Amino acid sequence: MSEIRTLKDLAQKPDLLMSGHRLCAGCAAGTIVRLALKATRGPTIIANATGCLEVATTIFPYSSWKVPWIHNAFENVAATASGIEAAFRAMKRINKGPLAKYEHVDVIAFAGDGGTYDIGFQALSGAFERGHDFLYILYDNEAYMNTGIQRSGGTPRCAWTTTSPAGSVIPGKREWKKPIARIAAEHEIPYVATASPAYPMDLVRKVRKGLEVEGPAFIHVLSPCTRGWRYPPEKTIKIAKLAVETCFFPLWEAEFKDGEVVYTLSAPSERIARKPELKKPVEEYLKLQGRFSHLFRPKKREDLINEIQQWVDREWKLILKRCGKL
Amino acid sequence: MAVKQIVMGLNGDEAVAYAIKQVDPDVVAAYPITPQTIIVERFSEYVANGEVHTEFVAVESEHSALSACVGAAAAGARAFTATAANGLALMWEILYIASSCRLPIVMAIVNRALSGPINIHCDHSDAMGARDSGWIQIFCENSQEAYDSVIQAWRIAEHPDVQLPVMVCLDGFVLSHTLENVMTLPDDVVKKFVGERKFVTVKNHFGKEVPFILDPENPITIGPLDLYDFYFEHKMQQIDAMGKAPKVIEEIGKEYGELSGRTYGLVHPYKLEDAEIAIVGLGSTMGTAEIVVDKLREKGVKAGLLRIRSFRPFPVQQIIENLKDKKVIGVLDRAVSFGAYGGPLFNEIRNIFYDQDIRPLISNYIYGLGGRDMPPQRLMVIFDDLQKIAETGRIEKTVKYIGVRG
Amino acid sequence: MSSEENLPSWREIPIAGVPYKPSTEYKTGDWKVYKPVINYEKCTKCMFCHTYCPDGAIKIREDGFPEPDYDFCKGCGICAEECPVKAIEMVKD
Repeated sequence: MSEIRTLKDLAQKPDLLMSGHRLCAGCAAGTIVRLALKATRGPTIIANATGCLEVATTIFPYSSWKVPWIHNAFENVAATASGIEAAFRAMKRINKGPLAKYEHVDVIAFAGDGGTYDIGFQALSGAFERGHDFLYILYDNEAYMNTGIQRSGGTPRCAWTTTSPAGSVIPGKREWKKPIARIAAEHEIPYVATASPAYPMDLVRKVRKGLEVEGPAFIHVLSPCTRGWRYPPEKTIKIAKLAVETCFFPLWEAEFKDGEVVYTLSAPSERIARKPELKKPVEEYLKLQGRFSHLFRPKKREDLINEIQQWVDREWKLILKRCGKL
Repeated sequence: MAVKQIVMGLNGDEAVAYAIKQVDPDVVAAYPITPQTIIVERFSEYVANGEVHTEFVAVESEHSALSACVGAAAAGARAFTATAANGLALMWEILYIASSCRLPIVMAIVNRALSGPINIHCDHSDAMGARDSGWIQIFCENSQEAYDSVIQAWRIAEHPDVQLPVMVCLDGFVLSHTLENVMTLPDDVVKKFVGERKFVTVKNHFGKEVPFILDPENPITIGPLDLYDFYFEHKMQQIDAMGKAPKVIEEIGKEYGELSGRTYGLVHPYKLEDAEIAIVGLGSTMGTAEIVVDKLREKGVKAGLLRIRSFRPFPVQQIIENLKDKKVIGVLDRAVSFGAYGGPLFNEIRNIFYDQDIRPLISNYIYGLGGRDMPPQRLMVIFDDLQKIAETGRIEKTVKYIGVRG
Repeated sequence: MSSEENLPSWREIPIAGVPYKPSTEYKTGDWKVYKPVINYEKCTKCMFCHTYCPDGAIKIREDGFPEPDYDFCKGCGICAEECPVKAIEMVKD
């Protein structure tokens, strides 16, 4: 991908997601999708799971998409994308059919954490096992945001959601965040990566790599949500950055090469691996978000914050080990 | 003059698989479930031997099977799947999506009872559960018809007036696993009959009239969010399409008849013109019933039957025309709607006669659930009952259950 | 019902629920309470504002400077927050 080297180059790329969509003001998903689409090389076909992105960009009779786009249901975007990819393959085989005129078609599946971690997991795993050539981009806002902030498998521990509220007995979600990217990597698919909208060039590079690779690719993008995470909208990118700086959401890539899953740290996290003093305490990340406010008020819950810090440290160590940095 | 055909010994599933092989669709995405398994197995063999160009997607569930077909059909491919019973139940939400997205997907349903308790044998509860989903439903009497209908289904589904998915139903085990002589058309004849998939056009959100395909050259958006201001209108479009379907089904059935010597319609009457008592039903049991009708005719009883082939769209005019002057009609239902007054077919038949000046007496017989056998003797019991009703002019018990103990 | 009066009938809209209007006909600009105002003296044309805007509501002009599109800007303030030289101020609309 030699043509996008700077943000200026990126700015020259067309915006394939038009303005006028009804995502909340300050929604990271808008940024993520705009960036991902700038990384496409065309021709592109998109399948989108039910969720904030799908609903806000296609309220009939309006549509924000400048590329062909289909929404099927909540749990089947990976299956829908499989069907589109299979259609192209079949038409190419006998050089007949409306898509046969293209050398290749990039099929991208967009889904939230709802449609990926939980209800969409079966279809995701099946599509990976069958090896379809498509890119799956997960925009993870860590809850079922579109239906009103209910907990998902991607919700972090102690986060307040409407189905895991911070009550007097139970302080938010009891369970930990499912390591979806690592699970994807263990499917031994060619390419898996994590990304954050706070590092746009890194995100764009990974999307392009995911498109270029032959076979399934999976990119897990953290998508801060001003409504569900409870913070003022202008802080979205700041929070997306802190997640990486605290190693709450480390950035890495995993490629299946020669029968082995090879992990590589990405620059923003690599910096921290080289200079551990750059690693910020997770408390700095938590205290900016209202969904963790019960960890600070009325009384500071050092025990829970420590638990979360330990989890972060454990996951970070695991990634460092996989990347050969330990 | 019908073309020269080859007789093959095929069971219902094999007949469907063979028809699909000849159609050679772009994508087949299917998940095995008894008694449909032979369709996917046979088709997998065709794929493995390079006899078709089809991309066979061995999906991980029926829900994904139909979902993949939706994606494929939207991308301009011909897509096929097959299932039964709980597989159809699992796909249920996608049925509605496939029809509302107006995708001409063809699906074979090998009718099997819905669990529970789990039962792998024939009844119509699976297809009946899908009758509101906006799919065209064709019920076949024998494997020959299953072969013929699967070929016709593509032309029906892809017709510009219709643009709706079609399910071709055949009775589980009774047809699917029973060997029959099936007259098959030559490959090139089938290919010519189904032709290439033609596309309707839609106005996209850039104001351009473009083909209804997910084509990067002319992007469209499929599957938006509807609020209360447009959903009803979108449903009206589907209602309108279903309204145009009967004519198309008859036209295609006639065209196929000229080709094969076997003409198909919306309903198939048997010895019905001068009949006084008649039964109405779907599927293979109507084939068995022809023997019973013959026996009764020998004894001088004016018996007849009407087999309904197209359950959706429901052929109102044709049913009224064929049955209005009968004394008594027995409606056979191989499915139950718990809490309803009688079975699904009974309700629909009774309903259309309500406005008629001349109405036959209509009695309901629920039979064959979970594969409970329906041999000629049990059918004779029904005809005996119809004769009694004809004599007394009264129905003692409107809804009866045939073949159950107790 | 008055709210449904000017809407098209089912015969006039595309089949299959295909949308027939681009979202650019729906101006989300009236969502905002505060609007971004760029101080072009300070602006270094770094492109962050254009890059981060979730709505694509900061366009790049011919001369390379960013320009907010107030028809669509929702006033989220990400551009002002992320501008490395603090060239953007959120001003009451």
